[in-house]
Amino acid sequence: MRALLLMLLLAAPALAVQPDEVLDDPALEARAREISQGLRCLVCRNESIDESNADLARDMRVLVRERLVAGETDAEIVDGLVDRYGEFVLLEPQANGANLILWGAPLLLLLAGAGVAAVHVTRQAKPGPDRLDAAEEAQLRDLLDETRPR
Amino acid sequence: MIAELGHFALIAAFSVALVQMIVPMVGAWKGWSGWMAAAPPAAIAQVALVAASFAALTYAFVTSDFSLRLVVLNSHTDKPMLYKVSGVWGNHEGSLLLWVLILSVFGAAAALFGGRLPATLRARVLAVQASVGVAFYAFILFTSNPFVRLAEPPFNGEDLNPLLQDPGLAFHPPFLYLGYVGLSMAFSFAVAALIEGRVDAAWGRWVRPWTLAAWLFLTVGIALGSWWAYYELGWGGFWFWDPVENASFMPWLIAAALLHSAIVVEKREALKAWTILLAILAFGFSLVGTFIVRSGVLTSVHAFANDPERGVFILLILAVFIGGALTLYALRAPVMQARGVFGVVSRESALVVNNLLLAVSAFVVFVGTVWPLVAELAFDRTLSVGPPFFNAAFTPFVIALAALVPLGSTLPWKRGRAKAFRVMGPVALLALAVAGLVWAMQTGRSLGGPLGAGLGVWLVAGSVVDLATRTGRGRWSDRLGRVTRLPGADWGKALAHGGLGLTIFGVAALTAWQQEGVAVLDIGDRLDVGRYEVELREVEQVQGPNYVATRATLAASENGREIGLLYPEKRVYPVARMPTTEAGIDSGLTRDLYTVIGDPQTGGGWAVRVYVKPFANWIWGGAIVMALGGVLSLGDRRYRVAAGARKTRAEGVPAE
Repeated sequence: MRALLLMLLLAAPALAVQPDEVLDDPALEARAREISQGLRCLVCRNESIDESNADLARDMRVLVRERLVAGETDAEIVDGLVDRYGEFVLLEPQANGANLILWGAPLLLLLAGAGVAAVHVTRQAKPGPDRLDAAEEAQLRDLLDETRPR
Repeated sequence: MIAELGHFALIAAFSVALVQMIVPMVGAWKGWSGWMAAAPPAAIAQVALVAASFAALTYAFVTSDFSLRLVVLNSHTDKPMLYKVSGVWGNHEGSLLLWVLILSVFGAAAALFGGRLPATLRARVLAVQASVGVAFYAFILFTSNPFVRLAEPPFNGEDLNPLLQDPGLAFHPPFLYLGYVGLSMAFSFAVAALIEGRVDAAWGRWVRPWTLAAWLFLTVGIALGSWWAYYELGWGGFWFWDPVENASFMPWLIAAALLHSAIVVEKREALKAWTILLAILAFGFSLVGTFIVRSGVLTSVHAFANDPERGVFILLILAVFIGGALTLYALRAPVMQARGVFGVVSRESALVVNNLLLAVSAFVVFVGTVWPLVAELAFDRTLSVGPPFFNAAFTPFVIALAALVPLGSTLPWKRGRAKAFRVMGPVALLALAVAGLVWAMQTGRSLGGPLGAGLGVWLVAGSVVDLATRTGRGRWSDRLGRVTRLPGADWGKALAHGGLGLTIFGVAALTAWQQEGVAVLDIGDRLDVGRYEVELREVEQVQGPNYVATRATLAASENGREIGLLYPEKRVYPVARMPTTEAGIDSGLTRDLYTVIGDPQTGGGWAVRVYVKPFANWIWGGAIVMALGGVLSLGDRRYRVAAGARKTRAEGVPAE
């Protein structure tokens, strides 16, 4: 039993960035963290590789750091990963093609909503018509006639 | 036997709900008071039956009755009692049973306390409420029956997901459901009002407490979930923009909008049609949330395709209720004539802006949440929409909203002048000064910290000033006396707005100023993070009731001064074959020291992770203050006095 438990403990996944992955150069490490935070762990549920415990995430973190050490720019590294895994790997969706609908949605929705609200508020804020229409005139006359002393 | 009784009670509740859906509705239509009077007893019978059913399932979990499939899949004899009970709703079938239990409780509450409602309105509200119940009873009985027996019961169960075996998460779902289902009340009132064809101040006064209650439960539920994620997932994240989180956040945003627009209906009889629409949307988003969580469609389109039965059923419920309500709305909304007229600069307009920002931000979250699905189905692109999108798209709305809250709350009803803003002048100066000071003090170049601090001060001090102006003029001692006697609603408003400020500050501070360190430590080694130092004293194996843990003893000190010992754990649940991390946290007012023990390393030693998380507790503290504001506002005696009375005439005064 004890052996089984020990095995389970050892098999438990690692936890996010491991000490042995950390680069010696703090500037490079900071760039690695930033890139990692924008990359999705492909086998996890909505986690970046920076946060994830999965083995695949670890492999990707190591890959990012290797490329950094090899002197690639951030954009080159990200592009390389998109070539390999598809745009699914990006936590920040690209602003191109149909995705422009997504990125434009906040502003468009706000403008549309603000337009409707502005029209409604200004229209109702206007005082009602000064003149009475024909039916109201008649009603008023009747009321006055009723109350007029005979 | 008990389980069969529970099953039977559920079927009986379904039948009662069917009656409650039809009889009072026909009664209200035909004007038969006897038929209308059937609603309250039916609502009360329903709650008794569902409660019996829920009790039966709870009994099965508590006694570990492994002849029930659900108990086998989600329980184990070694599990602590708290989690045996919370296991009842820690799964799909049981959580739906909790859903209908809460639904019936709300229905019964409306039946009991709705005595002063006009008879037809009450009958219709209860009938609509019952129709929601009917849909969900059918969903449970036909697709997700919790009372399914096994022919050959095993000796023990498969245990509850260890991540769920936690006090924070034990109570997270009930609170969320109280919120979702509370919004069904607002929905029922909205649909009933559309059928009646009238909305007035009394209606607004009736809808607001239900919405307020739902909103405050949602606030607590979301805060509990966020707090749980913070200490349980092992690195102190508090919000992930996960579809499941968004599912609870969208109804919260809409409920917050509804809360404010119902005030306008109640006080000024304006924005009626919009308020009705919000009430429909709020429950609509609750159903969308239920669909997202229960169908699994957003985690994986393929999971949905493999087992579409449940998802399709919820989609059908969604289509019938929201489609039906919106159709009714399109037909009847023009009848809702506004009585109160307001100027362009007025409290009403400020609340329109509030509604605009909250509603649009909810739709932005919605678009981001469903976009991966849309992109895959319509554009054949498999992509992710993660936190970077939501942070960029949502944050501006929060900033705009926070900036406007103290200004809007100073404006008078009907018609105001920009002069009213003057009272907030000193507050604005204070907020700017604090933001500038923070900017000068911090080392990094981040804008988030100063902005969060400035907005936090702006909201909190703004609430204090708002409260102070409510006490009128005169000597400060008199005003101080008067402030304690202000109506609950005034205090509620101040607390809710101030709480928002605390949360915004907490989020900004934690995001901007977090520090972290990770290292391999042997016994006796130290790790420095900022002003803090952590020494690994001991690592031992600990046997829990249903897990084994590797527990580290860490001695923490700040600038050389001892703070105390922390015990982060790494647990393994052998039955569920899952590891969890239990962070060792030293909580404080200005910072949390957050420690995690990782794996033993091949060369000896353990991976130890230390985070300094500034003002972390302010995030949830702010949420608690917001919820407290809701409680005070609910306790306002004006809800109890003349709550059902309809005003014969509203004193709408046209703005000149």
